[in-house]
Amino acid sequence: MTLAQWYDLRDLGNPVHALLLWVGRWGPHWLVYVVAGLIGAAAILAFVVPSQLVLIWWERRFLARFQIRRGPNRVGKFGLLQSLADGFKIMAKETWVPRAADKWPFLLAPIVMMVPSIMLFAVLPFGKGMVFANLPSGIVYLVALSGVGTIAVFMAGWAANNKYALLGAMRSIAMLLSYEIPAVLALLTVVVYTGSMNLQVITRFQAHYNAWGLFLLPVPLLVYLVSSTAELNRTPADIAEAESELGAGYHTEYSGFRFVVFYAAEFTNTVVVAAVISTCFLGGWSLFGLDTWIPGWIIYISKIFVMFSVFGWVRGTLPRLRIDQLMAFAWKFMLPVTLVNLVAVTVEIALWQQLGWSAGAAFPLFAVANWLLAGVLLVGGWRVFGITRIVAPRRPRMFREVGAVIEANR
Amino acid sequence: MLSGFGPVSAFWLLAVLAVGSALMVVVARNLLHAVLWLILHFVAVAGLFLLMTAEFLAMAQVLVYVGAVGVLVLFAVMLTPSPWSENTEGRLGGVAVLLGGCLAAVLIFVAARTPWAQVTAGGFASTAQAIGRALIGRWALPFEIASVLLVVAMIGSIVLARGED
Repeated sequence: MTLAQWYDLRDLGNPVHALLLWVGRWGPHWLVYVVAGLIGAAAILAFVVPSQLVLIWWERRFLARFQIRRGPNRVGKFGLLQSLADGFKIMAKETWVPRAADKWPFLLAPIVMMVPSIMLFAVLPFGKGMVFANLPSGIVYLVALSGVGTIAVFMAGWAANNKYALLGAMRSIAMLLSYEIPAVLALLTVVVYTGSMNLQVITRFQAHYNAWGLFLLPVPLLVYLVSSTAELNRTPADIAEAESELGAGYHTEYSGFRFVVFYAAEFTNTVVVAAVISTCFLGGWSLFGLDTWIPGWIIYISKIFVMFSVFGWVRGTLPRLRIDQLMAFAWKFMLPVTLVNLVAVTVEIALWQQLGWSAGAAFPLFAVANWLLAGVLLVGGWRVFGITRIVAPRRPRMFREVGAVIEANR
Repeated sequence: MLSGFGPVSAFWLLAVLAVGSALMVVVARNLLHAVLWLILHFVAVAGLFLLMTAEFLAMAQVLVYVGAVGVLVLFAVMLTPSPWSENTEGRLGGVAVLLGGCLAAVLIFVAARTPWAQVTAGGFASTAQAIGRALIGRWALPFEIASVLLVVAMIGSIVLARGED
């Protein structure tokens, strides 16, 4: 591929690359690194902050539709400036530290929460040349840094010296420890399938064979979707901040700007997870050859937006689960299903490489096989490992303990 | 590799951070604070790995020690009957000094024997593949024994937690 001109904005890496070449021609060696770092950091912040404002507005409008109301529609056109207005309002609020709180962990927790979630953007490939840190093991970086937020949750919940906050933190950590394992195994399946831990190579693999993870890896996609929802503390699994039980969970005692930081960090994590799903399962910046014409970063951001809306859809549809249901689901259902699927994908890839089949013949076959396997695993796994089904009695019976009538099985 | 202003200053910063936070683990009176200092120590060590161009090792350090071990220790401390207990000396102080002394002796012995000039000759090309090959190649047996040990520990804890029935 020939080197693109700097004004080729289909890939925003081109002007940056041209600028760095120009700096390298006259400036010292280290200045190139400094300029590259500054541009990368500025670009990440220039994506994160406006996307927060827009996506918060979008999620509120979208959720409102599920609840048959309109959502914020007063500030600005269609309520678009609502997030900005909320931001200004909340910055004017008083931030305070409870007298009984453990001061330093309490003050540090929002920072420890926010920093890793912004750092996660460094490895996400927004286009062919639009990745800040093209790490050889980008997936490990993602998994490692998304675990750091738990410590912040714990610091916040413990330092606030509030029993609701502590309970929320405890639930959050228990849930993260359980759901980390299926999530990592799902990403491991992607790594086995594409043969690389670099997110850019994973995207290129899917673009080259036109074989998105969605077609070939349905089980890991589903498992990662569910476990990341749990790790993000979003609604089917938001027991860590269940407002009907725990006040606001681990950030009960936070007010004003520190609360915003927690809220924004959770939101940023949601965007990152949507981006990871787009990269690993939806082909990243590629779109069946159309990425030659449409800029890759627009495709990528659209995919993030679609995945984000799926998260909103799940949030608007499902009720909150109990903690024992969530734990049982992670350990008894998702873990065995993911392991079986991992073995199947490994065998397929080994067959493909050893027998030297052409990708055009092998991948449709694998796709059909994997979707059949997904059906068998999901139905069969639910029968075998699933949560115990509610056994309804033959005749209606009154339960004094519950104070309700259990209907008969008709 | 460690030459020039940037890497050297980064090394000293991380080294001071690692040693200082390790000291704070022992000195901190509050047990929870000690665990938080321990996590900071793990992060500093990950930074040192990164400085040695072992980027996979650094990420594994953050993933395993910060994300899993640190959180588990926090969880265990939080679930103990008196989480606000002080980080004071117990009856096992003498044993701890003995064990710590043995560990320090081993580490100093290894550090003194390592040919540092040869080790720091150049950066690693791709650490993830090298570590993977070593784990399923030359070091397969210790690796498998470690995983068997983990399974044994897991089964043992389940047996202990379930009790008599």
